[in-house]
Amino acid sequence: MTTTTTAPGYDPARPWALHPQVSLRPESFGALAYHFGTRRLSFLKSRTLLAVVESLADQPSGLEACRAAGVAPEELAAYEQALGTLAATGMICERAA
Amino acid sequence: MTLAGPDPGFRLVDRFEQGLDAPICLTWELTYACNLACVHCLSSSGRRDPHELSTDECKALIDEFERMQIFYVNIGGGEPTIRSDFWELVDYATAHRVGVKFSTNGSRITDGVAARLAASDYVDVQLSLDGATAEVNDAVRGVGSFATAVTAMERLAAAGFAGFKISVVVTRHNVGQLDAFKSLADRYGAQLRLTRLRPAGRGADVWDELHPTAVQQRQLYDWLVARGEDVLTGDSFFHLSAFGDALPGLNLCGAGRVVCLVDPVGDVYACPFAIHDEFLAGNVRTPGGFTSVWRESALFAELRAPQGEGACTSCGHYDACRGGCMAAKFFTGLPLDGPDPECVLGHGENALDARGDVKAPRPSPDHSSRPRRVAVALTPSHRPDRRCDESPLAGAGAALRAE
Ligand code: SF4
Ligand code: SF4
Repeated sequence: MTTTTTAPGYDPARPWALHPQVSLRPESFGALAYHFGTRRLSFLKSRTLLAVVESLADQPSGLEACRAAGVAPEELAAYEQALGTLAATGMICERAA
Repeated sequence: MTLAGPDPGFRLVDRFEQGLDAPICLTWELTYACNLACVHCLSSSGRRDPHELSTDECKALIDEFERMQIFYVNIGGGEPTIRSDFWELVDYATAHRVGVKFSTNGSRITDGVAARLAASDYVDVQLSLDGATAEVNDAVRGVGSFATAVTAMERLAAAGFAGFKISVVVTRHNVGQLDAFKSLADRYGAQLRLTRLRPAGRGADVWDELHPTAVQQRQLYDWLVARGEDVLTGDSFFHLSAFGDALPGLNLCGAGRVVCLVDPVGDVYACPFAIHDEFLAGNVRTPGGFTSVWRESALFAELRAPQGEGACTSCGHYDACRGGCMAAKFFTGLPLDGPDPECVLGHGENALDARGDVKAPRPSPDHSSRPRRVAVALTPSHRPDRRCDESPLAGAGAALRAE
């Protein structure tokens, strides 16, 4: 369970989206995310991260999605780390711009 | 360091303790009918219940699961494929984005079935084995059952089904075969799942003779630390964490919090291993259905309330072990707020010895005994927090993966 390394694959300048095989279930603490292809469950432990992930597909880049969801500049590194892990586990994927 | 998220003291396990809007690990026993008669069967399976949920009732329940966004259900039994509407229900569930993981003894996995299973992302299969050799396995599951399971594995592998599960209940007799189980899984591109023998169902009768000895518990723990990386264990062995580092997996009793069981007649229990009136929360046939049972039942509210930890309070391993498995304590006649019968410090054994002639509760459907619920102290636990996680993403869930 590595949650501390940013996957080389995640580029905040690129456009991203939730993987089509992933379902999100909001919970009071954030959300559960389940990938039907890999049968992997992840826990988004803030509502803000849920908002980021939900809005990825409508935003021009991962960075813009973070900003739009209200991630403060000093929180950005932690959010990018989280998105990196989600990218590495196939929960989110790059989409065509 | 800045902590992302509204709550810097966030620990997933605390959230789990308070319960979630919907379960993560829901087991649905579709039928108690079975074509085998394993000695440790957790559901005392054999005959079919005439009041089983009808096909339409099952579909309505699946609709509810979909509305609650329950990602998948674990279907067991019994041998679920015996139900004539089994595939109809599987198709219905997957069409509604409710994944299905089902446990089977393999006897009905034909080439055609294997191909069909391999084609769906929404279906996962778990083959039950009790030995890595016919000798050990068939002593428990019946002559020929090992060959049956191996044939099923061959068919699944040939159909291209990668990552199906081989599920093993660890006992005194097979604990020495862990490497062999792992090789078997590797050979067929399967994933090994090891679970604890809990004294539930028929397992209650044989638990004393079959559960791993203290020495074997240690071997098991060491094996899991050394080789258990991609072995699934769910919440089976967190009581062994007191040997050292916490094992990966769900390190708390999720009963009624993230775990529950729906039985063939629609009764909802706190956990598949706690089939007893004491842990019966309601029935899906009542108004409000499963959703209100999950969200509003008095029993689940009680299980989600802060628990006192009784005799385990002063134990330095409490944070990892949390007193172990509620069902294991209950069906061995131990107090729920005391140590697990397999407490690695030996407190469980002492407690078992101290039981004397007190009869342990019998699992349902034997409802003859109704022991009083053990009084639970109301002091909330104040455990020292572990280092806070930094990421707004909590442990990407190897924890509960495919459980
Ligand atoms: S009672 Fe035991 S088997 Fe059931 S959820 Fe709790 S720890 Fe797991
Ligand atoms: S005393 Fe309780 S908390 Fe400590 S190891 Fe034993 S069961 Fe676990």
